Amino acid sequence: MSSLARIILQRLGLGLLTLFAVSLIIAFVVELLPGDITQAMLGQSATPETVAAFRKEIGLDRPAHIRYFEWLGGIFTGDLGQSLASKRDISEFVGTRLSNTLFLGGLAAAFAVPLALLLGLLAALYRNSIFDRIVNLTTLTSISFPEFFVAYILILFLSVKAGIFPGISNVSTNLAFGDQLFRTILPALTLTLVVLAHMLRMTRAAIINLLSSPYIEMAHLKGTRAFRVIVYHALPNAWGPIVNVIALNLAYLVVGVVVVEVVFVYPGLGQLLVDSVAKRDLPVVQACAIIFAAVYILLNLLADIVSIVSNPRLLHPR
Amino acid sequence: MLKLLWTAPLSAKVGVLAILAYAFVALFAPLLAPYGETAIVGSSYELWSDKFVFGTDNIGRDMLTRLIYGARNTIGIAFLTVAIAFFVGGTLGMLAAILGGAYDMLIGRLVDILMAIPSLVFALLLLTVFGTSIPSLVLIIALLDSTRVFRIARSAAMNVVVMEFVEAARLRGEGMGWIIRKEVLPNITAPLLAEFGLRFCFVFLFIAALSFLGLGIQPPLADWGSMVRETATLINYNDITPLLPAIAIAGLTVAVNFVVDWMLHLSSGLRSDSH
Amino acid sequence: MYSRQQKELNRLQTKVSKGSMSRREFLSRVSAMGLGAMAPGLYMQSAMAAPKQGGRFRQGVTGGATSDVLDPGQILDHYMLNVQFGQLRNNLTEVAPSGELVPELAESWEGSNGAKTWNFKVRQGVEFHNGKSLTSEDVVDSLNHHLGEDSKSAAKGQLGAVTSVKADGKYGVVVELSGGDADFPFILTDYHILICPSNGDGTVDWQSGTGTGGFSLVEHEPGVRTLTKANPNYWKPNRRFFDEVETLQIADSSARENALRTGELDAMNNVAPKTADLLKRQPGIVVDVTKGNKQVTLPMLTNVAPFDNNDVRTAMKYIIDREQWLQVVARGYGELGNDNPIGPANVYRATTDELPQRGYDPDKAKYHLKKAGFDSLNVKFHAAETGFGGSIDAGQMMAETARPAGINVEVVREPDDGYWSNVWMKKPFSACYWSGRPTENMMFSTVYWGEAAWNDTYWKNAQFDDLLLKGRVETDPTKRRAIYVEMQQIVHNDGATVLPLFLQDIFAINDKVRHPDVIGGNWELDGCKAAERWWFA
Repeated sequence: MSSLARIILQRLGLGLLTLFAVSLIIAFVVELLPGDITQAMLGQSATPETVAAFRKEIGLDRPAHIRYFEWLGGIFTGDLGQSLASKRDISEFVGTRLSNTLFLGGLAAAFAVPLALLLGLLAALYRNSIFDRIVNLTTLTSISFPEFFVAYILILFLSVKAGIFPGISNVSTNLAFGDQLFRTILPALTLTLVVLAHMLRMTRAAIINLLSSPYIEMAHLKGTRAFRVIVYHALPNAWGPIVNVIALNLAYLVVGVVVVEVVFVYPGLGQLLVDSVAKRDLPVVQACAIIFAAVYILLNLLADIVSIVSNPRLLHPR
Repeated sequence: MLKLLWTAPLSAKVGVLAILAYAFVALFAPLLAPYGETAIVGSSYELWSDKFVFGTDNIGRDMLTRLIYGARNTIGIAFLTVAIAFFVGGTLGMLAAILGGAYDMLIGRLVDILMAIPSLVFALLLLTVFGTSIPSLVLIIALLDSTRVFRIARSAAMNVVVMEFVEAARLRGEGMGWIIRKEVLPNITAPLLAEFGLRFCFVFLFIAALSFLGLGIQPPLADWGSMVRETATLINYNDITPLLPAIAIAGLTVAVNFVVDWMLHLSSGLRSDSH
Repeated sequence: MYSRQQKELNRLQTKVSKGSMSRREFLSRVSAMGLGAMAPGLYMQSAMAAPKQGGRFRQGVTGGATSDVLDPGQILDHYMLNVQFGQLRNNLTEVAPSGELVPELAESWEGSNGAKTWNFKVRQGVEFHNGKSLTSEDVVDSLNHHLGEDSKSAAKGQLGAVTSVKADGKYGVVVELSGGDADFPFILTDYHILICPSNGDGTVDWQSGTGTGGFSLVEHEPGVRTLTKANPNYWKPNRRFFDEVETLQIADSSARENALRTGELDAMNNVAPKTADLLKRQPGIVVDVTKGNKQVTLPMLTNVAPFDNNDVRTAMKYIIDREQWLQVVARGYGELGNDNPIGPANVYRATTDELPQRGYDPDKAKYHLKKAGFDSLNVKFHAAETGFGGSIDAGQMMAETARPAGINVEVVREPDDGYWSNVWMKKPFSACYWSGRPTENMMFSTVYWGEAAWNDTYWKNAQFDDLLLKGRVETDPTKRRAIYVEMQQIVHNDGATVLPLFLQDIFAINDKVRHPDVIGGNWELDGCKAAERWWFA
């Protein structure tokens, strides 16, 4: 077996263990939360009798560890279980939410990643120029505004004033692809502004770091044009750190966008998770948390594979 | 130090000046603020005037006063949080790199697990369990941030611990604390510093996001993140008041990162000289 | 009338009926023509000109969650109230926009045996969305859905007095109560007590969303979006004008306002008071209020010190600057409360002569505090936006105004999650709100009666409880009024609830939406019945 394949298998195994641990932590913390689903669902009108009847109906009167192992047993047979609140199959409605989330994240990544790489390259090429400084200043400013505020400003200018995009992203399952794309552009743009700076700064730093290497100076001495040097000589060796940051930000685009979802009324997984936490609907919280953790683990694995492939020395540490 | 600053690029000078100004405002808030932190001195959302330079907030407190006290609370909380995160994450990361083996495995796995849970949701859960007092807010955000610091500290320290001088120190029988302080830490300041610059500012934003979801700093304490949240909807009606706390955050972010950039440049330069 | 004037009047009336002229503009133009006295009538005539059928009504509302179900017993917040009570289903009785009790699926009713036995006659010829005809069986099973050991219905408390529900022929229903209650038909207007089709085995089919309402379910994605379409066989005359209704859950108030401004919504509920005046100034947007009994309360638990002492409670009632709260918390959209839950939409509300308005008075607070044996007092006020919107700001204002009286109020922000289970009725002093009830008896029985499940202060007053039972069976309006005024005085003086404000619900619509001049005050958006009562110009 090639060593790369062995590493991948090993990491996947570890990933499964991590998922298991995550589910344990989530179950434990949700158990610690004040109040339970019956109180959350009945709100101000809860009485001891109705709460007790409700608990019995959904099996909440049994100890937490028994419920956890039942859930775990279901997971091994590929059954995510049912929502305690609505008794709907979780796999049924989590699927739509997940595809919405991936669509938004994908669109944002499609804007942000090429832009970050391009601007990062240019900033490295013309480092310390006016261009570099402007890029640095604007991206730093854009990440220092809270996400919801960036969203409000974009809505104000592009939606309320200019009337180009809709103010909310009312997407539903039977929408044509073009419509869905159009309605998702504004939240994707918001997320682009949020993640751009981090990737851009890392690209710039990684390339500048390499520019002092002897082989790059050699290329310069050979008279190769600066842009060619960067693209053909520096970039391939800078992939490691850049890909790592890209992976982190892609993960963020999937798991960290609750606030943007709320502002744009975008029915993604993040809102579902926060909603379910508020209602103490443990199986749904678990499903969302596991999906998020899996996305995070897979993207990190992917980043490591890319680093290893681009720099095979990493296969044999020390 | 002053001589060094003299030779610094303009951006770093501006950054240092700005940070000093922020620190000054934070330290002397009670002397600078025209009114008391929680005093209700006018009716709500009064316009900008001589009496209230930036108008009043939703319950009639002076906006300028809130901004000034906000500097103290926001910077104080962010600094404390990041300091704890770097102390905990940095120490554990360096230890993991030096000790390796089972310890490295154990802490590494634990950090992986914590990082796999979306941090905003995790913070939301923990804050609901422990309440949103300042200590629990600081500790919870510090815990979540320390996982990121751990990763950076560990990977940077990995490259250092294989160097001859660390081997030599070990053979001399130096204690773990000594090795960390004298050998490892000085050689990994650059990546840690870069991370510090961004982390520091992410704390404000994290608190702002938390207050968007209904958790955050307890009133009546003024903090910029919550102030943006409270006034944000006014931006939809062309009122620029919410921009003030946002600009305060942005100004500090930019200033800190200007200085960090300069220090990174310095440290890389100095290192190449010594080689 | 002279032809030129008539022509001009016709032109103006057409404009009004098309919605391109506001009431104010119409009145001033008509007055200018020398017809001032006739103007309001002429306006009504044109505005009421037969509502038009058609269009998709898109409303952005709050209070929806992914956990929402179509079970009427589980309705928790505005979203499902709007969808189930306002679109899909009907009750036996209804509160008309004027506040009167009117028949809905019950054609008529009659109380006997000291208001303990109630006979309802079910309306004939009504069909559910699936074509099934409505009979007494559906009604009996729908009521029983909320009763019994295993019921987890939120309406179980409201129906606590019901001992049996039985069918009497195909269209008769008999309900027996454990104690007389003249207001029982009013209780049946509760939004949980909706009529669903029976499964024939004593249970009801709530899962499908089938009802007798003006709209039938097309798509329902809980916590996100619901689409309904007009029920072609709706039994109510002169109702249900839209072809379709799309309901969207929008939690963030800026998002709702933006969507309305950019034309993606026709109506929204829950306009934040602080932006209402700003929103009003936007072109094409109309901001309006629902004047109901919605009230802000600060319950103090009487089973713990120091609130077991009425002088302490009274001191607490004097430390709030109610005018300031009205201006800041409600931005003027409301009226002052007088530590008495009977509000503007009730019939027997005590006048200011019977019950003088309590105001901010730190000296009186100090006096009562001293009488209770305290020089100063430290109090924690537990609040969250869930308690009532603006409660944290309000708490901070109270902290400032309480200081001169020697009372130190510390505002503790509690998490919104679990607020009703962990803070309300648990912490000694907290923030709360009530939507109010259409009758005095229902309000007092729900929250202030010593035996009430939601007696959120554990306050018990024997004289008050006696009067409550007397009032339930008293049918003479003058005597009833006397009873309820006395009860209001007791609550005001001895009660454990600071009630500083009545709030108006603010909603906003675009200028294409038309609604009757009088709109319901019991719930937001015309008693939650905007879908069946409103139309497009």
